[in-house]
Amino acid sequence: MKIAVTSTGKTLDSQIDPRFGRAAFFIIIDTETMDYSVIENESVVAGSGAGVSSAKTVIDAGAKAVLTGNFGPNAHRTLQAAAIQLYNQLSGKVSDAVELFKNGKLNTSDEPNVNSHFGMDS
Amino acid sequence: MSQSYVIAIASGKGGTGKTTIAVNLAAYCARSNSKVQYLDCDVEEPNGHIFLKPKINIKKDVTVQIPQVDSEKCIGCGKCGKICRFSAIVHIKDNKVLTFEQLCHSCGGCIRVCPTDAIRPKKLKIGDIEIGQSDNLDFVQGKLNIGNIRTPSLIKEVKTQIKKDYLSIIDVPPGTSCSVVEAVKGTDFVILVTEPTPFGLNDLKLAVGLVKKMKLPFAVAINRDGLGNDQVEKYCRTENIDIALKLPDDRAIARAYSTGQLILDQHEKSFSNLFKFVKNIRSKRYAKR
Repeated sequence: MKIAVTSTGKTLDSQIDPRFGRAAFFIIIDTETMDYSVIENESVVAGSGAGVSSAKTVIDAGAKAVLTGNFGPNAHRTLQAAAIQLYNQLSGKVSDAVELFKNGKLNTSDEPNVNSHFGMDS
Repeated sequence: MSQSYVIAIASGKGGTGKTTIAVNLAAYCARSNSKVQYLDCDVEEPNGHIFLKPKINIKKDVTVQIPQVDSEKCIGCGKCGKICRFSAIVHIKDNKVLTFEQLCHSCGGCIRVCPTDAIRPKKLKIGDIEIGQSDNLDFVQGKLNIGNIRTPSLIKEVKTQIKKDYLSIIDVPPGTSCSVVEAVKGTDFVILVTEPTPFGLNDLKLAVGLVKKMKLPFAVAINRDGLGNDQVEKYCRTENIDIALKLPDDRAIARAYSTGQLILDQHEKSFSNLFKFVKNIRSKRYAKR
């Protein structure tokens, strides 16, 4: 299964980026093989709508689940429309979060947990 | 003074006294029996009505157009999402398309590129304009719905109320953003209100940059004169910018403001001078034609 994790860096040892829409990178990981690719997030510099365009990026990358720190309302709505599983309030190393996910230790998030523009301040 | 003339009262910094100057100038003109109109384009927080106390006669809804997608007709090509610079419309997969009305700028791009006519415009109310009268002064204000960000669209609607053969005074929102550009666009003259402080000077320079870029003639009004330092005046001298008004730093003005009163009685001379300044630039403009 392909999953996307928001990351501050380009490796599995990088820290999870707490922001979804304005995450520095998306790491797309195949949970069976642990092969991964890195997408630099162009929405970091978007004037507005970063949550929506970031969601579109991970949808198009084929991810079926997203692991991050926080989802705003627009990102949440877009990802849910694509029936992607959402996990938030994660921090620490990307690889650790992936392990927790693989072991079924994470709970899905049914609601956005921050307001619009949260990622603009952090 | 029978020809139309539109003067914008703007400022880089907020709280410098745009409204104080705009409403008192408008009231002074009305007292002098000029055909004058006050338009509050500070639509996120219009407060000129507090001082002019108009009787509102007409109230109109202001709407913009946002896209509505007919999923029956959608073929899932994704062109709508690609053209939108604001991510206000996004293609998920198949014929599933989401729209975000609060991100939409009503450019109509998605409607145009849709090959199957699956997207139609839908009206969304963003606020109101109110038109009224205060003695013999024409009053117009825009009120943007709380939480809405379509400020320029609403300002554009307020400005459609500009009357021919009037002196129209526009109360501009503070800053140098899109909404300010929309409010000062097409005006005949801009008065940039500032205060003689380092903050006032910094933001005045930004505002001067904006009006110069828009090639609008302008002058400066210094409010709370006597406060701070002389750097604003020095700047104006160096840059050859006219100072149209100096309003003193007077506690009585603050007191009047806090109770919604005009300050014409205490500072009539200042506004009569400003009125003369406006008359002068207006007649120069028409002499040139």
